[in-house]
Amino acid sequence: MDIIGKKYFYFLISLIVIIPGLISLFLFGLNLSIDFTGGTLITVSVPKQATQKDANSVSSLLEKEGLKVSSTQTSNNLVMVRTETMDQKQDSKFVSDLFSVKGAKQEEFQSIGPTIGAETTTNAAAAVALASIFIVLYITWSFRKIPKPASSLRFGICAVIALIHDVLVVVGLFAIFGHFFGVEVDSLFVTALLTIIGFSVHDTIVVFDRIRENLKRVSGLSFEQVVNESILQTLDRSLNTSLTVVLVLFALLLFGGDSIRWFVVALLIGVISGTYSSIFNASPLLVLWQELSEKIKRDKNK
Amino acid sequence: MRKNPRILFWLIIALTIFAVLIDIPSVNGLSVGPIKQKINFDINNALRIAGINGQIAFRRGLDIEGGTSMTFRADMAGIPQGQRADALKSAKDTIERRINLFGVSEPIVQTSTLTTGESRIIVELPGVSDLNQARNIVGTTAQLSFWEEGATGSAKIASSSALPLGIAQVLKNPVKTNLTGNDIQQTSVTFDTNTGKPQVQLTFTADGTQKFADITKRNVNKIVAIVLDNVVVEAPNVQQAILSGSAVITGNFTTDTANQLSTELNAGALPVSLTLLQSQVVGPTLGLASLEKSLLAGILGLVIIIVFMSILYGRLGVLASFALFLYTLFVLAIFKLSSLTPYGITLTLSGIAGFILSIGMAVDANILIFERMKEEKRLGKPTQAAIEIGFSRAWTSIRDSNVSTLITSAVLYRFGTGAVRGFALVLAIGVLVSMFSAIIVTRTFLRVIYK
Repeated sequence: MDIIGKKYFYFLISLIVIIPGLISLFLFGLNLSIDFTGGTLITVSVPKQATQKDANSVSSLLEKEGLKVSSTQTSNNLVMVRTETMDQKQDSKFVSDLFSVKGAKQEEFQSIGPTIGAETTTNAAAAVALASIFIVLYITWSFRKIPKPASSLRFGICAVIALIHDVLVVVGLFAIFGHFFGVEVDSLFVTALLTIIGFSVHDTIVVFDRIRENLKRVSGLSFEQVVNESILQTLDRSLNTSLTVVLVLFALLLFGGDSIRWFVVALLIGVISGTYSSIFNASPLLVLWQELSEKIKRDKNK
Repeated sequence: MRKNPRILFWLIIALTIFAVLIDIPSVNGLSVGPIKQKINFDINNALRIAGINGQIAFRRGLDIEGGTSMTFRADMAGIPQGQRADALKSAKDTIERRINLFGVSEPIVQTSTLTTGESRIIVELPGVSDLNQARNIVGTTAQLSFWEEGATGSAKIASSSALPLGIAQVLKNPVKTNLTGNDIQQTSVTFDTNTGKPQVQLTFTADGTQKFADITKRNVNKIVAIVLDNVVVEAPNVQQAILSGSAVITGNFTTDTANQLSTELNAGALPVSLTLLQSQVVGPTLGLASLEKSLLAGILGLVIIIVFMSILYGRLGVLASFALFLYTLFVLAIFKLSSLTPYGITLTLSGIAGFILSIGMAVDANILIFERMKEEKRLGKPTQAAIEIGFSRAWTSIRDSNVSTLITSAVLYRFGTGAVRGFALVLAIGVLVSMFSAIIVTRTFLRVIYK
């Protein structure tokens, strides 16, 4: 199988997935939860399957108190209502008013002030940036003994490009989900992103490690051939590992409950994208870089 | 080690037995079929015999247990720079004391100071699902007051519920004086020069000095009760009028109780006003339902992996599944044991998700090794050599990939709060233990089998 030879085809597939997400991200942005924006989220349980009517009567109670309801959602016997930040007095008024809706009970009340929201956003951005920098540094250091013509910094940078690829895939898809299905991005989503970063690099390193080993051992093959060979040698492992993780995530998705559902979906997309990018993007990029730098050298010598 | 895998083998068995003992829940009076004897088992008893105090238990997060969590900003504007740390600690102690009065089990009160200098107090109250109630326990600043004996029969006896707790035991006709916590400038712990016993030293403000002098003048040889948040903390006997503006409370103190009282009085003297930044209330039923779902998903995930590995790698897969099972036991034991340390791990829903994910990642090391062994066998190497080469060749990629996951979890831990931190900690522990189980445990088993 010649993966390197078809590298532009695989890059194209990545772009086809990423570009709609990016467009959606710029047009609609992400549907941020109160973790980032501040606000209040109230979960009310009703005796039977919750209907839109239940949601309406709950939100009308809140609106009566002059609170702006920004969204409502129902799931099984739960109604979730999001409003602007409300204080305890308003909440206790709401809880006592709730008796007018038959059998309804407040199950969860979460209120986040705007300061905390802004802080979460900064921390999330800082965490993703910092993790990426540390990973480049670690790979550059760990691959420092790589034989010429490869350079260890290139390995680090290519691993991070693959990582950014995965982050873009997930963020882009969630921008689409957010706009069309009302899926919110919360602090758990940031956790998912960072886990994906870890997993993506984990996967890429396994392939890179094999390239490193083969470069030392095998002579007479071109860099391109060594990379292709290394990808094929680690293919079984990459697929098997991803499949196990994907299976576990499916179990979590089906039975793990509502509160972590979208967290699991983010992980699932990330793991699949991570496997793809480590096979079809990271290593082919190494080859592309190698070819370009050789071409520049040749042009200079001319 | 390489020559004798047996020692390592038995060591792993011993560790496993230890982990199982830690993991199994306490059993009380369970009767087993034909044996008519009751079985009692509680690992905490065994620990006590071993000289370790403290209870080990899984700490459940609020999203599972149900309860209230609140984050406050402590307003330090009115407090001099040098006293801010003390003020924050006093406020924390006050909140803890109030929560204890209230009978909330296993509350968590933490303080944190941001790089911007802003101070925060985070309060978690398991089992309290009324935000108002919770807010009232914590919300108001400490109230210190001094009570004296009123003239007999002169004042109408107030209804007992309005009086501070415990005052009836020390004063027949308690009357509140005009001296309050705002009149205290500072408190400290000193030691009696004669007896060497610890005592609490109070220094009043100028205003307070005058008030205190008046009170002590009219109460010589009588009791003045010191009341903090409606509870009598101390009822010293006034020996003489005190005009100097400083007083000592001698009591039957140990250094600890003296320190505690001093801190409590400071809490009254240094009121820090708190602003609620964030609050969350989770009803107990919702949490429990989520926990059940996560556990089911976890067990299912484990079963899926075991089946999958056994199909893919046959006998090796069964072995890896067994190592994975031990991995689960070890991690659970670490969770439980961590409750003995100040860094107790709290199991939250995201933490459980992290743990389940780490089971999936733990298998990866084994897959890497087994794939490598397959390759070596294909090249014609004998099984035993293939095992050794498989392990040594796979090591670099296992190391590098796991280090990158550890980097991610460290960053998450540094920047995250609450749920994110729990997830990061669980992921890091999972990665470390998985390296142990996939490499040492599996290799030892393989060596014992293929000897």
